[in-house]
Amino acid sequence: MDIIYTIWLRNIKRYLRSKSRIIGSLGMPLFMLLVLGLGLNSVVQIPDTGQGYFEFIIPGIVAMSVLFTSVFAGIQIIWDRQFGFLKETLVAPISRLEIMLGQTFGGASTAFVQGLIILVLSLFIGLSFSSAAGFVIAFLFMVLIGIAFTALGIAIASRMEDMHGFQLIMNFVVFPIFGLSGALFPISSLPAWVQPLTMLDPLTYGVEGIRYGLTGTAQINPAVCFMVLAAFSAFMTIVGAWLFRKMSI
Amino acid sequence: MPAIAAENLTRTFGDLTAVDRISFTIEEGEIFGLLGPNGAGKTTTISMLSTMLRPTAGKASINGYDILRDQDGVRTSIGIVFQDQSLDEELTAYENMDFHGRLYRIPGERRRAKIAGLLALVGLQDRQHDLVKTYSGGMRRRLEIARGLLHEPKVLFLDEPTLGLDPQTRNHLWEYIERLNEEKGITIILTTHYMEEADRLCDRVAIIDHGGIIAMDTPQALKNQIGGDVVTIHSPDPDAVAGSMDAPWIAHIERRDGSVVLSMQDAEQHIPGIVTGLVSRDIGITSLSVRKPTLEDVFLHFTGRSIREETASGRDVMRLYHRMGR
Repeated sequence: MDIIYTIWLRNIKRYLRSKSRIIGSLGMPLFMLLVLGLGLNSVVQIPDTGQGYFEFIIPGIVAMSVLFTSVFAGIQIIWDRQFGFLKETLVAPISRLEIMLGQTFGGASTAFVQGLIILVLSLFIGLSFSSAAGFVIAFLFMVLIGIAFTALGIAIASRMEDMHGFQLIMNFVVFPIFGLSGALFPISSLPAWVQPLTMLDPLTYGVEGIRYGLTGTAQINPAVCFMVLAAFSAFMTIVGAWLFRKMSI
Repeated sequence: MPAIAAENLTRTFGDLTAVDRISFTIEEGEIFGLLGPNGAGKTTTISMLSTMLRPTAGKASINGYDILRDQDGVRTSIGIVFQDQSLDEELTAYENMDFHGRLYRIPGERRRAKIAGLLALVGLQDRQHDLVKTYSGGMRRRLEIARGLLHEPKVLFLDEPTLGLDPQTRNHLWEYIERLNEEKGITIILTTHYMEEADRLCDRVAIIDHGGIIAMDTPQALKNQIGGDVVTIHSPDPDAVAGSMDAPWIAHIERRDGSVVLSMQDAEQHIPGIVTGLVSRDIGITSLSVRKPTLEDVFLHFTGRSIREETASGRDVMRLYHRMGR
């Protein structure tokens, strides 16, 4: 436990020190929130619930922040490998599982904080505070997304030689996960043949869970969302740990 | 119980045998050097001994722990300074030390005391709260050595500890290493391709080439093996010089691009004889020098090559190893 904490602590220290990274990765979500959310708010009204578009996409943008930050945090172990620091950790009398879990929780924590910043900023732009319990539910889903996708990042990084493949991962893994998740549009308004793809996307359950917490409505039962996302997080952690253990330096 | 015992340690990468059945034992308190050109298999040996790489064949133990069966025992017993830097530049020196201390489960109070002591030992206490990215190459090396000592290892591995450092910093580091060995009685195994480094620091040296140990002894005994002092004669006609050297006190004759290199005991006494002999035969001498043998001569003697000419191509081989190792 103390080893996991040590590695978590390093991640947090590095995160808090990289001010430019914190601000840099807020740019894109804030931009989307303002341009899409406020720009389309008067044009688009969500069918069934009658929600405004701004209120609708806030959970999606929060999930996006968590997703991007966590995948990136996971993939960062490639830097550690290239700059040699990973060796220092791997040669210590600790197990690789502990290292992997420390990295995962570290990445998930920073991703959660990034999502939280977006959430708090949205409160100022127009998100109405529903209930404390709702926020706790949203937080829970944010943490689960963070764990699942940091673990995914670590799994990918364990199989990657260097950062050259990063763009490929962003374009063919991360963006499709985001695009198909129903973060920007209601699942029910998609053509029938796309809907199954959406239901296969684990992020869908994260977005819907956060949406339930923040706005009180969701298209998928929040209990189902929780179970699917929790199972996916556990599964990704196991896969990530397994691949990380097999990785050679 | 020896500090390190290796028996027929072997590692292959595909068709390439990086380390070929090497065996040695290192006693407690010894400074042992693995000397050889880049790509000779030094780092691969270190990687196997430190449990980072599984040997293809053979066995080894460190501080009594088997490197295959008791990895945690080995890891607790060793400290390593890798060839490539392994610090977190975004953390301060103190935080790097603290991280290491926590990984090795050193309790808080003792950890803080040890960190303070070691940072003082390597002269970094004034800069301990600065980020490592502001450090010079020499400071980083010193920090890595201090970090490697934090958990009081029995054996310290130094993989090319002074690579890329300026001569003054190198000298300082040598002093640190000697002091560590003397004061703490810590066993040190270091790899280097700097002859003077091996000569100055090591109690015993193993010369390693193409994955195998070709000679192993104290630096002095190794130098004695090549037959005394080294006399180098430059001449417009080196063949004639080599042909005329038939005195019984010449232990060894060798042609090295445009010059003739002789080994002999008490060279100073024989110089007049050599010069008069060459002059009487009308063979010109451009220059003549006498020096004590170095490990460079020893390497040349055993391999027929100079270690320095290996360095450029050796680096490529090393990269290749590195890639194949992944």
